[in-house]
Amino acid sequence: MSEAKLVTVTINGVESQVPAGELLIKAAQDEGTYIPRFCWHQRMSPVGMCRMCLVEIETPRGPMMVTACTSPVSDGMVVDTESEEVKKAQEAILEFLLANHPLDCPVCDKGGECPLQDQALAYGPGESRFVEIKRSFEKPIPISELVLLDRERCILCALCTRFSEEISGDPLIEFQHRGNTTEVNTFPDLPFSSYFSGNTVQICPVGALTAKPYRFRARPWDLQKVESSSLQDTAHPRIEIHASQNEILRYTGVDNDATNHGWLSDKARFGYEYLRSDQRLTSPLVRRGGELVEVSWTEAIDTAANRLDLIKSEDGGEALAVIGGAQGTNEDAYAISKFARVALGSNNVDARLDDALASHFLSASVDRATIADIDDADTIVVWAPDLKEEHPTLYLRVRRAAQELGATLVVIHPRATGLDDRASHKLTYRPGGGYELLDELANGDHPEVSQAFAAEKVVALVGIASHADGPQLAESVAALVRQKAVHAKLMPLNSRANTYGALDMGLAPDLLPGRVGLDTIGCANLAASWGDIPAVIGRDTRQILQGLDSGEVRGLVLVGADPINDLPEPSIAVDALDAAEYVIAIDLFLNDSNRNADVILPASGFSEKEGTVTNVEGRVQKVNQIRPAPGQARTDWAILDDIATRMGVSLGLASAEGITKEIATVSPAYEDLTWDSLEWDHRDGIVVPIHGAQAINHIPVALQGSKAPTAKLTLHVARVMYDNGVRLQHSPSLHKLGPGAVAHLNPGDAPSIGARDGHTVKVVTTRGEGEFTCVLDEGTPTGVVYVPFNQQGASSLGSDPVVRVTTS
Amino acid sequence: MVDHPSDSHTIARYESTGGYTQGKRALGLTRDELIEEIKMSGLLGRGGAAFPAGLKWSLLAPARPSYLVVNADESEPGTFKDRQLLERDPHQMIEGIIITSIANEVHHAFVYIRGEYSKPARRVQAAVDEAYAKGYLGKGIFGSDYVLEVTVHLGGGAYICGEETAMINSLEGKRGEPRLKPPYFPAAKGLYMMPTIVSNVETVSNLPHILAMGAGEFSGLTGNADTGTFMTSLSGHVNRPGNYELAHGITWRELIYDVGGGIPDGKGLKAWIPGGASAPWFVPEEHLDLEITKDATAAAGSMLGSGAVIVMDEDTCMVKAAERVIRFFAHESCGQCTPCREGTTWLEMILRRIEEGQGRAVDLDLLVDVSDGISIGLVWPPKMTTICPLGPSAVSPIIALRDYFRDEVDSHVSNGGCPYKTQTRETSEKTSEVDRPSDKDLMPSSERGSGGRPPEVAE
Repeated sequence: MSEAKLVTVTINGVESQVPAGELLIKAAQDEGTYIPRFCWHQRMSPVGMCRMCLVEIETPRGPMMVTACTSPVSDGMVVDTESEEVKKAQEAILEFLLANHPLDCPVCDKGGECPLQDQALAYGPGESRFVEIKRSFEKPIPISELVLLDRERCILCALCTRFSEEISGDPLIEFQHRGNTTEVNTFPDLPFSSYFSGNTVQICPVGALTAKPYRFRARPWDLQKVESSSLQDTAHPRIEIHASQNEILRYTGVDNDATNHGWLSDKARFGYEYLRSDQRLTSPLVRRGGELVEVSWTEAIDTAANRLDLIKSEDGGEALAVIGGAQGTNEDAYAISKFARVALGSNNVDARLDDALASHFLSASVDRATIADIDDADTIVVWAPDLKEEHPTLYLRVRRAAQELGATLVVIHPRATGLDDRASHKLTYRPGGGYELLDELANGDHPEVSQAFAAEKVVALVGIASHADGPQLAESVAALVRQKAVHAKLMPLNSRANTYGALDMGLAPDLLPGRVGLDTIGCANLAASWGDIPAVIGRDTRQILQGLDSGEVRGLVLVGADPINDLPEPSIAVDALDAAEYVIAIDLFLNDSNRNADVILPASGFSEKEGTVTNVEGRVQKVNQIRPAPGQARTDWAILDDIATRMGVSLGLASAEGITKEIATVSPAYEDLTWDSLEWDHRDGIVVPIHGAQAINHIPVALQGSKAPTAKLTLHVARVMYDNGVRLQHSPSLHKLGPGAVAHLNPGDAPSIGARDGHTVKVVTTRGEGEFTCVLDEGTPTGVVYVPFNQQGASSLGSDPVVRVTTS
Repeated sequence: MVDHPSDSHTIARYESTGGYTQGKRALGLTRDELIEEIKMSGLLGRGGAAFPAGLKWSLLAPARPSYLVVNADESEPGTFKDRQLLERDPHQMIEGIIITSIANEVHHAFVYIRGEYSKPARRVQAAVDEAYAKGYLGKGIFGSDYVLEVTVHLGGGAYICGEETAMINSLEGKRGEPRLKPPYFPAAKGLYMMPTIVSNVETVSNLPHILAMGAGEFSGLTGNADTGTFMTSLSGHVNRPGNYELAHGITWRELIYDVGGGIPDGKGLKAWIPGGASAPWFVPEEHLDLEITKDATAAAGSMLGSGAVIVMDEDTCMVKAAERVIRFFAHESCGQCTPCREGTTWLEMILRRIEEGQGRAVDLDLLVDVSDGISIGLVWPPKMTTICPLGPSAVSPIIALRDYFRDEVDSHVSNGGCPYKTQTRETSEKTSEVDRPSDKDLMPSSERGSGGRPPEVAE
């Protein structure tokens, strides 16, 4: 960042240098003078409504009262925040705000962490002279499935309304009426159904907005708190976990510049209920005579290790494989990687579920963009999943850059996305037809987009926009951007929790910890510490599953993975798991993929273990424990270390912190990371460099690809925020928010099909068919059928874009 | 009294008395020449703030397009002068729009008319249509290549939209809430964040006359610093309420007793509001012989504001009158700023309680202290501790109670209710209670004021 120009201001007699143009309220705060406020928020534009921050500044015409939240500092400004006039104003404002505010703090959810309560104590008159009848409203009213509104408590600071309009782009709550009857409310028949609604609860300075999952469950002073990073968003937004009596009661966003500015998607904010589900696995299970029976850990480990050992001795490590590892910590992933290579003797290991970009591309792209690079970009290209659905933190960041920071935004997607209203250029293409559009762009057929590509600083977020496009398209897009833009930075996207950490730990058939390739000097160095590493590139998830089906792969370890529900072509996983000889699952829950496993081992989940994680930009952050794992559940790494030991191989994994140290030793990119530094100096994490001495660098190469299908209708399947994944299934507040089995059609296509909004249609592809509720939607282009992926009650349709829709 | 021609709103009648010659002439003048002429005329804005019109034009920022918004959202209680200008002489305003637009390189002007003014709005729209048909508005006015579009817009019924930045928000389709200052003037950033001139109907209507008679003659219409004539809406307890076009410089005594014909039934004068409901009140003991000029009124701690004079006779209950004025402001507060939103309603509730016999000895001090919280320091002109002046203006009646009518408040408290309740006006007071939601004026004066009575020029 360039050095900001400084100006001199005098605040309460103390002179200081502050950045020119900064708002007085912020400058004073940074210099140690807190000016009370309700409506100001450092991430939003000021409105000057509450008038709590009135201060006196000196002017040639004498002292003048101004609101510190709307006054930029200027050189020589002299400010008094404690004069008699100022105190009088502060007392007046607080008396006004409390006049109609219910004084029932003992039963208010905000009591104890309430800015109105705190500032009334610090700056208020200490009494109320209001003897009239207070304003009354019906209370509370639900304004969405997650949020309730108590208008009597509301002090009309406009934080929630501004957040919805300025930050999340869902202007669904607004002021209504005027004067003393002003209220915040939703529009008739339009609930506050925003993916980001929980943020309004967090920033509400009173108890007006409360969240259903938390309200009346705790008093703030009883909460035990620890900082962590959410794994329900690939940016790993920083959170604070609040628990009471070993039960997690809420997450709050932590404001940091690096990732989330304090904001969280509702999925990241409320996605903790599954941890306390009574469906959690709590003891080891072994299949005996077709039935799963509870056994001791010793017996379970023995059973698993013996069988793995047997297969290994008969057919070698190539007959064994591991799928998963993207849901845990880097330490878990490292343990899986070491377990596969050293104990199993196999490179058949993959954290991706056949829906991701190439491993080198995801983890080792040269010129990888950081999240902060989005703020500086002249042009942002998003040819990726709808960020609002799959990458909510990035969505907010890109939205802000386009709206507030002047970036040119190019969005390319098969249908409408959440960013379209802020996009300078939007290109829509037929699902499966991405390469044709790429050719057009390469030929300069879209001059306005080419011009945007030619800007000085370009950041491209690339990913799989539709299951109909193969994963290679994203690499081709990246190659084109690199070709057209002088200084392109790339952010390859993958949506699963800690995939980037898992890949950095070598959870891919061609990668070793530290983004080291199998045939590199790095591999040799690692071998010095690990011992022999299989030389042949292993199988990826699809190949593993095909191997299970054919019998070439005999034993599978599933670690926190549910391929049947996550694969774009679930039939591959169904067939493979039916045919599999032996399956060991390490997981939090039974799911469709591990239900028939031979050994099922209960694992500890998020907030039940410590460790590090790596986000979409390569930022490593510490996640922390606040509750014990239920029953006998243990960490993935400890389970795998035990199995290896029983197989006669010592992995030497004794503690999570010990594993972090080992990672730093064997992985050049991670060499500077310690728990100490992540806990103290770098709570927001450290971006690990792509250029480690021994690491590979991936430079994408342009590829030719497939043609769009010529069928009348093409199928666009894409993930949405709320799917039918196992964690959401066990999070009741969120699970009901998914769209369910719906098929979107353009209203123009409806008559020829005979489809009507809200009625049932039958959708048929070469891979599957099912009944869906028809949604007529202008956001879906003519000729496209859009079906959200993995929804409750929805049949899988596979990834073949050729589709037929009928009404019978 | 002058007989008013019934077709004064038509273009034919307007042109028969020389209408549109100055608009056409303005096309031949430069921006600088026009600004200079208006500056020399000394014309002050007639919307309430009395800002020099020529100076406002010269402050227009260079960015283009620029816009003109004519403020016809006349809703200050007791003010009904613009209504007459809109209804009876819309072409005069349109010619003023043409002159203002040419001076400020405006190609799209808006007339924002108070929502309740349906007849004036119809008259203005008809006049605009006539002007378009004649080629005086539209593409290439008066045969030139100058484009001037005029859009007539009806407000939604909020007093606050008379505040220029709230009006701009409303025109843009947003909530009618005043904008943060700075920018202090729409001339810097206004409609669609572009330079915008916002002018009152009467201000604009003066322009053809200034060009016709010349700045010198216009400024010489009166013998003091305030130039030209001004319209005043006289209402309340006077024998001849109505709109009057006056030369600045007569005294309040002359206005109330000579022009207005004195107080009905020979009653005594208790107080009057000199410039619309926002203005601090005057009382005969101190102010009756003051000259009606901007400076003399300001020196006495009030303002001429929108030119509305509301007269209250000796039988008027000051608590009730204060409650009625403050109820208006509480009802019309936009709700943004805490002190105005909460404070005005609180004042209204206390006053009503006193009026209904539930007053306490401490209530007057409380009223003053609450007012001090809305308008810090209780000075006039107020310190701008809220986004717009609505809140600080609302406390003017409380100042009157404190300074002049403390005994009336006390008698309400000791009497256990309003001592005037037994008197004859009780019936009509009750009627106005019933109309409360839509009753925006202090007195039903807009009906009385312009009911066929022509403007008069005082001697």
